[in-house]
Amino acid sequence: MDWVFLSELAINGALTGLLYSLFAIGLVLIYKASSVPNLAQGGLTMVGAYVVLALARDVGLPLWLAIPLAAVVMFGLGFGIERVALRRLAGRPVVMILMLTLGLDIFLRGTTLAIWGGTSRSMELGVSYDPLFLGDIFISRIHLVGAGVALALFVAFMLFFRTRTGIKLRAIADDYMASWSVGISVERGVGLSWALASVVAVAAGVIWGEIQGVDQALSLLLLKGLTVAVLGGLDSILGAVIAGIILGVVENVGADFLDPLVGGGSRELIVAAVLILTVMIRPHGLFGRHDIERV
Amino acid sequence: MFYRLSGVHHADYVSDSRIFKVPADRNLTAFIFLIGLAAPFIIPSLYLNSYLLPWLIWTAAALGLNLVTGWAGQLHLGYAAVMAVGAYSAIHAARFGVPWEFALIIGGLTSSVIGSLFAFAALRVKGLYLALTTLAMQFVMDWVLTHSPAISGGSHASLQSPTLALLGQEITTDTGFYYVAFGWCVLVTIFMLNLKRTGLGRALVAVREKDFAAAILGVNSFYYKILAFATSSFIAGVSGAMLVATFFFLAAPEQFSVAVSIQVLAMVIVGGLGSIIGSYFGVALILIVPGLVNGLVATLSEWIGVQIDVETLAHIPNAVYGALIVTILLIEPLGLGKLYGNIRDYLMVWPFDQFKK
Repeated sequence: MDWVFLSELAINGALTGLLYSLFAIGLVLIYKASSVPNLAQGGLTMVGAYVVLALARDVGLPLWLAIPLAAVVMFGLGFGIERVALRRLAGRPVVMILMLTLGLDIFLRGTTLAIWGGTSRSMELGVSYDPLFLGDIFISRIHLVGAGVALALFVAFMLFFRTRTGIKLRAIADDYMASWSVGISVERGVGLSWALASVVAVAAGVIWGEIQGVDQALSLLLLKGLTVAVLGGLDSILGAVIAGIILGVVENVGADFLDPLVGGGSRELIVAAVLILTVMIRPHGLFGRHDIERV
Repeated sequence: MFYRLSGVHHADYVSDSRIFKVPADRNLTAFIFLIGLAAPFIIPSLYLNSYLLPWLIWTAAALGLNLVTGWAGQLHLGYAAVMAVGAYSAIHAARFGVPWEFALIIGGLTSSVIGSLFAFAALRVKGLYLALTTLAMQFVMDWVLTHSPAISGGSHASLQSPTLALLGQEITTDTGFYYVAFGWCVLVTIFMLNLKRTGLGRALVAVREKDFAAAILGVNSFYYKILAFATSSFIAGVSGAMLVATFFFLAAPEQFSVAVSIQVLAMVIVGGLGSIIGSYFGVALILIVPGLVNGLVATLSEWIGVQIDVETLAHIPNAVYGALIVTILLIEPLGLGKLYGNIRDYLMVWPFDQFKK
């Protein structure tokens, strides 16, 4: 076996994996605060990318201004979604909440495409497409930038969870009844987690939009993001980062071995297998909290 | 006419366990059944074939999902994959020369076997994690379908369905297709109506409410979960085969993709979990309204004189479909079945309202 090739696969896999983490962090933020599996994160990511493009192309702002502005818009959107939709279903069975987020996903996708059309657009971040050489190893620059963004967001959230607001969010995640009784506004905390997840969706949308173009395919990241989030433990941001690296490496190296055997396209199969195995063997993931169920 | 509960007194268990406890319900059902029988003679064949027929088959399919999600309480996001198993195995059997009656049953049984695999996930986890596992299984099934030409029918990934023939009669007319669909839907409906009052149905409800508690009461939740998945998969398989044999005439993997799984779940939830009449409403709403709204928007824009982009017009149904799910869930999380139930309960005692709380 060629070790250089294998390590190239592994490193690029890890970088791609960190990009999955970027997506999964949004899922984890919401699940942590409200135990809601946000299946609309794919739709949010797509909307985030389109809003950036709308501000940059249609309004004509420079990209460095368009991205923060889009983040502000999405912050509001996330807050609004929680206020209008999710809050009214709080405490309902999980099947209804799942369906609600699926409906939101379909709605966001449909509306975005109805407004901006389905043809793929490019983000044009200005990152060079020339590969970076590290010894003999090729590395894609945009993946490196994206991985950097993912890690930066991770550090930012770690610091954020030490601030006063962050501690409130942690308290809500821990026990919302207790938080209520000591005067923390649980509603506002959950709303904030949606808003933050929407901001993360902008970051994921920009990076993934640069890699594969801004179109409907952005919402297909959902399965990979979910797998990363579940593998890492649905309520652990650190878990999302580490699971992202694991999934990326397994997927990239595994696909290289499996593709010749099954005739290509084995990536989705690997991701689905990882998801099924995780749930079967260790449903609470690597770093997630193990919930105890009472009769 | 007024006060339909008048004279309805159940003095023994047999009368209390009837399907229709109130004559008004029974009469309404009989009336709708007669309309269903007469539909080919009343409704133009275009509407019959493009609206009524898919509505009936999807209702049968949705009732199957309702059995496992609404009655047994197990989330299932891979229902379309199970339908695909039934559709493909029935059509392969029919192409092989097996009579259609048996081909449909073969399709149902194959679906049952594969669908029971989903149950093994349900034995280990529940709720959200079950939903995610079944979703992953749907992706695996999709992958297998698109990557095995032997199943999906060569490079074009489409499989022609042979002419449907039941009881030695070749069925080629629209009316014939409609009656096949109608018969299947009625059959599934009768099964589901009876399920409520059998031991099986009660056991499923016990498992849904709390499987540990059910186990303590002596209900083998392991057995009933597998049974629920197997039964619903049988319905799914036959419905999938019917759909291809009477509506699509051509099986392709994208007819049974993840989006379709989500659509069936949407039909069930919008209709109301565990509600039979709700499933009819839910399917009608999800299938028909997005198209109607699109037509409405097109006409309106022409009327006002505003030019709407073709692409925009193409994506409006999707947006409406999503908005529909969200709105119904926000208005009444228990779905259209519950809304119907409220109206029915009100009319039941009208003009008196002593049952109002």
